[in-house]
Amino acid sequence: MKKTGAEILIECLIKEGVDTIFGYPGGAVLPIYDALFKAPIKHILVRHEQGGVHAADGYARASGKVGVCLVTSGPGATNTVTGIATAYMDSIPLVILTGQVPTAMIGNDAFQEADIVGITRPCTKHNYLVRDINDLSTIIKEAFYIASTGKPGPVLIDLPKDVMAASTIFKYPEKVHIRGYQPTYEGHIGQVKKASDALMAAKRPILFIGGGIILSSAYKELLELSEFTHTPVTTTLMGLGGFPSDHPLSLGMCGMHGTFSSNMALTNTDLIIGIGARFDDRVTGKVDEFATGAKIVHIDIDPTSISKNIPAHIPIVGDAKDVLKKLIGLLKKEKKNWKKDNQEWLNQVEEWKVTHPLSYKQGKNIIKPQYVIEQIHEVTKGEAIITTEVGQNQMWTAQYYKFKRPRTLLTSGGLGTMGYGFPAAIGAQVAFPDKIVFDIAGDGSIQMNIQELATAVQYRLPVKVAILNNSFLGMVRQWQELFYNKRYSYSCMECQPDFVKLAEAYGAVGLRVENPDDVKKALKEAIEIPKPVLIDFIVDREENVYPMVPAGKPISEMLLV
Amino acid sequence: MRHTISVLVENKFGVLSRIAGLFSGRGFNIESLSVAESLDPNVSRMTIVTRGDDRVIEQVTKQLNKLVDVIKVIDHTEEKFVGRELALIKINAEPQLREEILRIAEIFRGKVVDVSSKTYTVEVTGDEEKVEAFIEMLKPLGIKEIARTGKIAMSRG
Repeated sequence: MKKTGAEILIECLIKEGVDTIFGYPGGAVLPIYDALFKAPIKHILVRHEQGGVHAADGYARASGKVGVCLVTSGPGATNTVTGIATAYMDSIPLVILTGQVPTAMIGNDAFQEADIVGITRPCTKHNYLVRDINDLSTIIKEAFYIASTGKPGPVLIDLPKDVMAASTIFKYPEKVHIRGYQPTYEGHIGQVKKASDALMAAKRPILFIGGGIILSSAYKELLELSEFTHTPVTTTLMGLGGFPSDHPLSLGMCGMHGTFSSNMALTNTDLIIGIGARFDDRVTGKVDEFATGAKIVHIDIDPTSISKNIPAHIPIVGDAKDVLKKLIGLLKKEKKNWKKDNQEWLNQVEEWKVTHPLSYKQGKNIIKPQYVIEQIHEVTKGEAIITTEVGQNQMWTAQYYKFKRPRTLLTSGGLGTMGYGFPAAIGAQVAFPDKIVFDIAGDGSIQMNIQELATAVQYRLPVKVAILNNSFLGMVRQWQELFYNKRYSYSCMECQPDFVKLAEAYGAVGLRVENPDDVKKALKEAIEIPKPVLIDFIVDREENVYPMVPAGKPISEMLLV
Repeated sequence: MRHTISVLVENKFGVLSRIAGLFSGRGFNIESLSVAESLDPNVSRMTIVTRGDDRVIEQVTKQLNKLVDVIKVIDHTEEKFVGRELALIKINAEPQLREEILRIAEIFRGKVVDVSSKTYTVEVTGDEEKVEAFIEMLKPLGIKEIARTGKIAMSRG
């Protein structure tokens, strides 16, 4: 029996296990929406396509599944670009379906035409324009395969309207073979042996982990490696949740706003085992002075990540889980008193931790933003899914919410996208309706996708938003204070909406908190309310994020207060 | 250092743009690029001449390999290879110059492929140095137009 392109698309999505789509209809995708009307797929109607991609991204990060977003051609498609770039930088598996004008009109500057395949080429893992309905099912199969394997990432499929309306006999390809795409999962045993020898010989080793630990579900192996060898663990922003923050061997986050102990340990170590982390500039600070005395083992599924920023002495291409299993297997055959041999180093690390912990002082009158985050941690017992926007809110969350589990921090690490957190929280809540989902936001970034309040209300998604409201673009102001002689050039948000009334206008609940004593009560109240709640915390206007490594400085040179 | 890299790619719509975009987006340089179908009509062969230190070239080859449509990447620089390019040179051919042009062309094993009352168009193939030398020789006579293919390359043996 013949099926239309739109019907084939929906059928393929079902076969790929897709149960939820985040989308926004329009002219070019009318055939698809018509086929979706009776399909057993939940469609979440967002209020802006950027919100749609971030929501699919939040859904993917929280659940580990591929997130799917469907939008129309032209402006619908171009609105997805920031969301796609966000997912690309953080290696999040997404499939973005964009409508396109009919094939005969492509290139004619037709109404709502944009060359979205051209536009997204540098920010997708791969993309497709479907020109022939007979290629459709193969392309969809490949897209899901590419998005979710190797180093995951977003894949875009551009779907011309006539291809969706045409019909053909539906054949579903059971297998995928792409000759130019064969990711390496298995680490080379010879290289793993070198890493094992290096760890045996090291006096001051450190495990440096990134988002790859979470993407490859290698946290159990990481915990075992760390505990077995008594090696401390520092994480990147993307690695938070990959290792329990309350573990004695955890040093927390490293880098520009990392902990003192992490940065000192990275500076003084003689062996870094980097796993699923790409040594980006926010982590390394001044590259020439990064870990100068250390041998570097770099484990990554993406060969281009290795030796891109910091040359690796022992590169290992492979999946973190596979490589760690092999490494643990080799180390267990060796005789070494790890605890005794590493004790001196661990004492040193502990001293750094104790003498320079993260700190702030909560007074009686003004709410400190860090306090709000600590209280969120307390009332949610560290079990919530937390999303963040970008700026001070993001860094304080990374520092003060003690993440215990993978996939509980959803944050735009690579691209640093303001406006990410709220729609991502919506996506996470769709994936986990019974979990508490908190977006920790700033008053600037929440306004970048605040229209999604309507989505949360419509689908009864009880997402909580904690706005740390300082009426500033806080991180911009912090840099201006420290490096531009307090010239607060356009970083002050002089006119803000009344967030409480705004929430109410959307049919959500708004709360305002101005007194430190009321913080906990408000948080508890918000959690009890089975609706989206936006809490406007009026916080200390000029609080800064510390420690801070000024741009271009080595990470041992931290501003501490 | 200069590297000559052959890239086998899927002969698909947009592939050239993926490769060119990779180079421009990551700040790699392209000195020359030539593309054509290979023996297998589904596969195109590109020859890219690029420049960079070892770290840059390592990234270039890794990033090329990372593209889904790239099947194989061969950096010829570490091995023996044959590199050739072709040039078409249109030159002033006033009657008193014609003899001289033909003589130079003969030395370089060039061929006159088009003649008009005022011009000769000469074809020459060879490695880059030879083509350069040929052009230098002809310059004083008045070159009107040049078209060069950029290098194509193949491993020896």
